[in-house]
Amino acid sequence: MVENRPWANFFAHLTLMIGVAVVVFPVYVALVASTQAPGDLLRGTLPMLPGAHGIENFTRMWQSGVSNAGAPPAGMMLWNSFVMAMAITIGKLSISLLSAFAIVYFRFRFRMFFFWLIFITLMLPVEVRIIPTFQVVADLNMLNSFAGLSIPLIASATATFLFRQFFMTIPEEMLEAARVDGAGPLKFFKDILMPLSVTNIAALFVIMFIYGWNQYLWPLLITTDPDYYTVVMGIQRMTSEENPQWHLIMAAVVMAALPPVLVILFMQRLFVKGLTETEK
Amino acid sequence: MASITLEGLKKTYSGDVHAVKGIDLQIEDGEFVVLVGPSGCGKSTLLRMVAGLETITEGTLKIGDRVVNKLEPAERDIAMVFQNYALYPHMTVYNNLAYGLKNRGFKKDDIDKRVRLAAKMLEIEDFLERKPRKLSGGQRQRVAMGRALVREPSAFLFDEPLSNLDAKLRVQMRVEIKQLQRRLKTTSLYVTHDQLEAMTLGDRLVVLNAGQIEQVGTPMEIYARPATMFVAEFIGSPAMNMLPLEYLGTQNSSVLEHLPEGTDTLGIRPDDMHLTAPDTPHLAIDATLMLFEAAGAESHLYVNLADSEQPTVIRTAGQPAVREGETLRFYVTRDALHPFNSTTRKRTDG
Repeated sequence: MVENRPWANFFAHLTLMIGVAVVVFPVYVALVASTQAPGDLLRGTLPMLPGAHGIENFTRMWQSGVSNAGAPPAGMMLWNSFVMAMAITIGKLSISLLSAFAIVYFRFRFRMFFFWLIFITLMLPVEVRIIPTFQVVADLNMLNSFAGLSIPLIASATATFLFRQFFMTIPEEMLEAARVDGAGPLKFFKDILMPLSVTNIAALFVIMFIYGWNQYLWPLLITTDPDYYTVVMGIQRMTSEENPQWHLIMAAVVMAALPPVLVILFMQRLFVKGLTETEK
Repeated sequence: MASITLEGLKKTYSGDVHAVKGIDLQIEDGEFVVLVGPSGCGKSTLLRMVAGLETITEGTLKIGDRVVNKLEPAERDIAMVFQNYALYPHMTVYNNLAYGLKNRGFKKDDIDKRVRLAAKMLEIEDFLERKPRKLSGGQRQRVAMGRALVREPSAFLFDEPLSNLDAKLRVQMRVEIKQLQRRLKTTSLYVTHDQLEAMTLGDRLVVLNAGQIEQVGTPMEIYARPATMFVAEFIGSPAMNMLPLEYLGTQNSSVLEHLPEGTDTLGIRPDDMHLTAPDTPHLAIDATLMLFEAAGAESHLYVNLADSEQPTVIRTAGQPAVREGETLRFYVTRDALHPFNSTTRKRTDG
């Protein structure tokens, strides 16, 4: 818009500010709550200003957790979550890149059949197939392990589909030029397709990482050993106790929210590019 | 450097679609051959078969003395320039040129020498560190050419390389391609649908229609003696006029009775119809001027033959004093006539 309309500007900004306030407020409350003393949050009125116990709460949560609520130290849970999210992300990306590559560039029997097979799994989210998946993982003795936490979540129709769509926008001549230049399929994949997909990979990395990080139901089901608890399910365990210690829970919440924020901050430039730019 | 030999080359797609229906062609070492034809005539398919990007259904393809039917494009020792250039967008110009050499295991300093030499030849030395998207159309075209010539292959294949350029640049690049090919003497096969490009570039033309060769010859041979009505109408602009004999009237019988047997159509180039009568034996044709088009040095006259709706184009030098709607008489000398049979669509004078 190029016109100068002060009122329109004013309302636009007001709306934006209200929107931002609505989104930011809960985060602020969590931050404030994580700095209060044990009893402060149970008095009926929620304090709006930071308390003096921040460092104490965070140190306690990080080092010892809330063992009577079944929550191990947050440091370990964060590490577990991180390993699981990274395994899921990297696994998803490599498998979907390769399968999209196969589906777009190789002419094999039942190619379309396989494509639709992958595509149909889009309609079956984790929760729908969770019982049979649990059975399989249990039979394979993968309960209470990082493999059990990540492998069943690695297959990704969404990423395969997105990469397929992207590969199809790359002109056919690119492959032909590479063939004339003496590049075999894997060389073409490594030298041409991967560099061209960098922005898409970055965007999916962020999305997949957050997806893996936020997994709740699956880790809850297959881990009984506190050594493998992830932070999201740990938080849930603490809240279901009889007298939830909200100041510690909030400290854990703040810590749990940090890694996804960091991933987005670091990848933001590529991420935005990947979603908006279609450079060929 | 090598010759290219095509023997009974055929391409059939599933569903009985015959894209290329048996092509025999011998391209000599160092020759510049242009494949020309309307879109869908199979010229690109044929080129891509030579390149190895399309499989060969039937026939033999030799580059030099080697049968290369089953070889990968990279093993055929050819280089190709694509219509949309197909430069690698994430690589610098330097790496675009070097990529093929790297894959073939050339040494680093050898690659560097070749890339710089090619860049110098094509005057793209200043852009070596840029990415393709920072280049203009003409510069990209040069990079695409450079990628072909760094490898010093035995043959260049061009797939309509100039069709994405604007008219002025196209003429300039056409001249440069011709000069480059003269200098390097590399066997070249060039596909285009533009008959002017074909005429000016090729040592020999191959006119294709519906997957078959209509005529092979030097540009002037083909222009002067088109073997079929298709070639006659395709080569030359404006296109050759095709006049059925019955429209030419009785006043011309002295010329018409000397035509070869089987002739029922006369091809006449727009430049061969004159407003003044020559001394040699000639046809006289009456026609009504429908539209007069002045194009500077020359003029185009769109006429309908008398007593018919047969549209005919005439090109004359300068600007004759004529009015639209008036009936004019045109003269055509006997040796400017191209006799055809409209059933066989072939030339009747052998």
